[in-house]
Amino acid sequence: MTNKWDATSEHLLRGLAPQVLGAVARRFRDFSSAEDAVQEAMIAAFTQWPQQGVPENPRGWLIQVASRRMTDHLRSEIARRERETAVAAETENLTSLLVVEADMDPDDTLILLFMCCHPALSPSSAIALTLRAVGGLTTAEIANAFLVPEATMAQRISRAKQTIKNSGVPFRLPSPHERTGRLPAVLHVLYLIFSEGYTSSIGSHLQRFDLACEAIRLTRNTKKLLPDNPEVAGLLALMLLTDARRAARTTPDEELIPLDNQDRTLWDRSEISEGIELLRDALSKGSVGLYQLQAAIAAVHDEAESVEDTDWPQILALYELLKRVAPSPMVTLNLAIAAAMVHGPARGLELLRALDRDPRIAGHYRLDAVRAHFFEKMGDHEAAIKHYRIAAARTTSMPERNYLLTQAARLAGDYLPNGRLPGSSPETDS
Amino acid sequence: MKYILMMNTMKAGQGVLSWPKKDLQAHIGFMMGLNKELHGRGELVSAEGLSFPDQAKLIRAGKDGQPVTDGIFPESKEFLAGFWIIDVDSPQRAYEIAAKVSAAPGPGGAPLNMPIEVRPVMSGPPPDML
Repeated sequence: MTNKWDATSEHLLRGLAPQVLGAVARRFRDFSSAEDAVQEAMIAAFTQWPQQGVPENPRGWLIQVASRRMTDHLRSEIARRERETAVAAETENLTSLLVVEADMDPDDTLILLFMCCHPALSPSSAIALTLRAVGGLTTAEIANAFLVPEATMAQRISRAKQTIKNSGVPFRLPSPHERTGRLPAVLHVLYLIFSEGYTSSIGSHLQRFDLACEAIRLTRNTKKLLPDNPEVAGLLALMLLTDARRAARTTPDEELIPLDNQDRTLWDRSEISEGIELLRDALSKGSVGLYQLQAAIAAVHDEAESVEDTDWPQILALYELLKRVAPSPMVTLNLAIAAAMVHGPARGLELLRALDRDPRIAGHYRLDAVRAHFFEKMGDHEAAIKHYRIAAARTTSMPERNYLLTQAARLAGDYLPNGRLPGSSPETDS
Repeated sequence: MKYILMMNTMKAGQGVLSWPKKDLQAHIGFMMGLNKELHGRGELVSAEGLSFPDQAKLIRAGKDGQPVTDGIFPESKEFLAGFWIIDVDSPQRAYEIAAKVSAAPGPGGAPLNMPIEVRPVMSGPPPDML
């Protein structure tokens, strides 16, 4: 008995990946090989199910295929060792190692999430491993999303698993105390997956796996597992409130459209209301953190009919709070933008001056881009052109460079094909 | 973040043609080992060695859009001998790899200390940063 493969099947399959992995890893006490075995089972499912239909018990099917791979792996390990030592010490009955559904633990997905976002891993390794082990993506899909060869991504993942193995983390849920300490790392990885998806939405997006959607799905699942944590809800709200503007963010030619110039009728109302709902609920819990504040800022933008209607004093107040909770030069930069909207560009410029002495951001293109924007508002076109050009030379983002060069050219009186309004700046979610 | 590491050698560096076999083999072995290491770390996007400048041609479009060939001229001092594209977590890591390439063994096994130009590869739009 099978069911037809349809649009929801892929989500179903991906959702099962961490549950299956948890069961297999626990039974065989080997996370690394179990993760490989589950990946093989996932690839088998992705090849067979669309043609042959989704099995009646998809989870059972995956567990069976993965544990068969594990026993094959163990058999060849034993054979190898026998060849090497000529001692037939391993007499374990392999059939008893088949995993049954009873091996499942509802916390498995959470255990895996904490494991994959282990602080010993570099961000890029943690992202890759999380997408494979928790997200159920294939190595090829992950490689494609990051535009690196599949073999390179496979190596990155196996190295990450080696690092975890060496760190000796047991396969169990961290204690509540440990969890509190490690949750920010987990949320940060989810946030990075989202921004990678959001930033790569320009260019060859047709061939790229939708990382932003995947990050939202993973964060939704995390919220189900940690329903009372306001920062998890805040992160989900931030993603939804940002993703809502996706359709308005680029021209059909994939040119960047800054927030001020976006057609707000294109914003996704259902994502906005879901985000606001989530945020309201999170804020009522009383422990305001970094993601809730960013989501609150995104919500103020999303609720405004236009740039002029935006409640800038509220955004400024939220940035003041954010600066206290999580100070960083980027927060100060965005605070300067909000301050300029409330008190005028001269105030903005004054706030930027402090950043020139901060080595974390001095020389960053965004500092010049914002400064150019302020000078333009003050009517000092010469200074504005100068800083747009410095920013264009410093950015490593192609759409951003095109945008900044166009701004400089517009002020210099050059022909501007798309007739952008003066005073526009790149979307900063400020 | 992706970086390109460009290995520019002096035209005179063609001296590689006259290196003793042992030194040449050590040099080639080093380069292959480096690529293997970068691949093993999940950092290698691509690596290519380029043909000698003898094979290079300088092309411009002529009036009718057809290719016109007028070079390479022997007086050009430097040429690109090969490049790597790597995907690493920090610019420091890119510089570290570049320094390693730079110190590839030359004649007598002494490090060449070649100049390696490192440049970020342009990416999509920046994230909404914090």
